[in-house]
Amino acid sequence: MTNNQSYPQNVIKAIKHHNQDVIMQLAGEIDMKSSAKIKDKFKEIFSQKPQSVIVDMTEVNFMDSSGLAVLVGALKRSRINNSELKLTGLTKDVRGIFEICRLETIFQIFDTTDEALEK
Amino acid sequence: MLSQTNRPIMKNDTKKQNSSMNTKVELHICANPDYLCVARSAVRQVAYISGLEKNETEQLTLAVVEALTNVIRHSYGGPSDKPIIIKFNKINCPDGKKPALEIVIRDFGKQVDPKTIEGRNLDDIKPGGVGVHIMQSVMDKTEFKKAEDCGMLLRMIKYIE
Repeated sequence: MTNNQSYPQNVIKAIKHHNQDVIMQLAGEIDMKSSAKIKDKFKEIFSQKPQSVIVDMTEVNFMDSSGLAVLVGALKRSRINNSELKLTGLTKDVRGIFEICRLETIFQIFDTTDEALEK
Repeated sequence: MLSQTNRPIMKNDTKKQNSSMNTKVELHICANPDYLCVARSAVRQVAYISGLEKNETEQLTLAVVEALTNVIRHSYGGPSDKPIIIKFNKINCPDGKKPALEIVIRDFGKQVDPKTIEGRNLDDIKPGGVGVHIMQSVMDKTEFKKAEDCGMLLRMIKYIE
């Protein structure tokens, strides 16, 4: 068993705009190293005052508490900006860390980005 | 027998030999987040060889990464070239004699009283500070100890069902 995609290069796969919403697609593994890049990107995105920011985590196969901390920080920032933060496509393992830290009810979590855009 | 520096050369030290024979894998990395992915790969391979299921493997990986991140942040005060040693052993636990994967993480940084290391209150929703809670939640045992000279030892156990 090997995992050749564990190196967190380009953890931010794409940033897309959909009307007044921003969709940030993440991929790979989010840890202390890669979460710093995501934090900077959130700062940049929220400065544009989007209606909502949707974080597509379908291709995220690992996340530790550094990543969780960045998402909590982004959630707080979204509330200050009157924006919404939505998470989509969480794998079972990634969802697990939210549950361990009792944060699964704090975030708006959807199965797909389309669902998140509709609501 | 003494070396040129008059320090004893430890030969055939049974205790030392036994501990290195029991250690199946030993990984040395420097305290830099760039190398967390190396540790993850190692954990996953060792877990696979040891017979852990996928979800247990990912829990183990998470616990190890949380531990290493804490060492980088707190023991060493940030990224550096200082060493972290990770040892993996497959053991039979004396209590119930279940086989288990034991992971020992050794750093050479700040020493703290192990009793002060605990997870924080999760009702206070704020970024950070949940690494210890996560380790204790996903591992069957976690134990912090001060190492002999400097730094800390963290021993974690995951039973292999």
